[in-house]
Amino acid sequence: MSDIAARELRIVGFLCNWCSYGGADTAGVSRFKQPTDLRIIRVPCSGRVDPLFIVKALLNGADGVLVSGCHPRDCHYTDGNFYARRRLEMLKRLLPFLGIDERRFHYTWISASEGARWQQTVTDFTKRVHELGPLHARKEATP
Amino acid sequence: MSQRLREVIAGVFSEVDVVLAYQQGFDKLHVTPCFMTMPEEINKLVWNPLCAHNLTSYLPSLKKKKVAVVVKGCDSRTIVQFMEEGLINRENVVIIGIPCNGVISVNKVLHETNHEPIEDITFGENGEISVKTLKGEKTLLLSDVCPDKCKTCQYPTPIVYDRLVGDPITSDKSPDSVYADIKEFENKTLEERLQYWEQEFDRCIRCYACRNACPMCICQDSCIAETRDPHWISQRSTLSEKFMFHMIHALHLAGRCVECGECERACPMGIPVNKLKRKINLDMKELFGYEPGINPEDKPPLYTFKVDEATIKEHKI
Ligand code: SF4
Ligand code: SF4
Ligand code: SF4
Repeated sequence: MSDIAARELRIVGFLCNWCSYGGADTAGVSRFKQPTDLRIIRVPCSGRVDPLFIVKALLNGADGVLVSGCHPRDCHYTDGNFYARRRLEMLKRLLPFLGIDERRFHYTWISASEGARWQQTVTDFTKRVHELGPLHARKEATP
Repeated sequence: MSQRLREVIAGVFSEVDVVLAYQQGFDKLHVTPCFMTMPEEINKLVWNPLCAHNLTSYLPSLKKKKVAVVVKGCDSRTIVQFMEEGLINRENVVIIGIPCNGVISVNKVLHETNHEPIEDITFGENGEISVKTLKGEKTLLLSDVCPDKCKTCQYPTPIVYDRLVGDPITSDKSPDSVYADIKEFENKTLEERLQYWEQEFDRCIRCYACRNACPMCICQDSCIAETRDPHWISQRSTLSEKFMFHMIHALHLAGRCVECGECERACPMGIPVNKLKRKINLDMKELFGYEPGINPEDKPPLYTFKVDEATIKEHKI
């Protein structure tokens, strides 16, 4: 059991090109220490994140999904993140109905200058996913 | 009622290219849609509680034609949703509305009669249904064999119509009853919920009848459940592929499902296909005060936004 808990989990991050990807970069350049469970997928805008991306990730092996875009009113394309906010909130409420803990999915807004905030978010989210453990434990236990 | 409907339909032939109504199917228990183009065809018309199909499903593909369509209360919501989404030209459609007391679920009747072949079926004034099989006659009540949607129906009288056949009916069902099953399901534990969906979706044979029957599934031949590029799901018959298909259907219907129940009526495996969409509808109602197919001036909530969302709070980790 302790073996599994110590293992790295699979967390997928969808980051918008203009703000959050920049924020993650800032964190990297500043050499902030971050957990390594996150796999980042860069998207042009948080509005590009189809809720199905998140569902597909969760159904196919991810233990957690993080979506991050520009702060509301700061979208590079003016309103992409406003649409995203409604869709992601809808999904956040649907996941527990399916029996998937909504804490495995987090969406937030981080700008390119907020390297420290990015570090904090990744650290906290990774910690939370570790507390929840692997999503697919059952299947992995019985190959 | 049949007679009055016949007269109204006879009166609209001169205005339209085609009339969508109902005719007798392959046996007494089945009614099927019919497309009438000539006044003589009016003899085919059937109107009784077996007319469960949502005929408005055909409207987007007939967008350029003048069409008259027979609708019940629930069917009319589809038309309103089409209007919200610009999928039909309202001026090309003549809506013949019929206030409705409920329809029959063929599956429930077959269940009650042990799947004996039905010789005859007749309908009484107060919702009694006599069904004759080789094993004898049985009386059923409409309230026992109607689809679940009729048990909580809020809109028995069509919301939009050009002609109304019969007197308007107001619903006597409590508005709270509509999502009672959804709220009850939310009392289960996460583990129980996941198990429930895995069990239900595992039975899915991916025939896509639910999708094909859905009036709001408008992608038709470009459905991403079947495209190779992007390749969302494979042909493998695994639970995760089936689960994914249902997520595609549910999320593409998010805030658009008019709860007509055609998906569940079409499903040969008895899967509660409508449940996820109704859960999303409940959320859309709570978050944005929106109900699909009620007001043609509305915009589906995920097609729009507010700069300040009063009901969406930032999530903390
Ligand atoms: S849901 Fe209402 S309008 Fe629709 S068939 Fe049932 S009773 Fe009639
Ligand atoms: S998902 Fe089902 S209930 Fe909703 S519009 Fe489509 S067929 Fe009707
Ligand atoms: S109709 Fe039923 S069995 Fe067929 S794809 Fe839909 S849910 Fe699956």
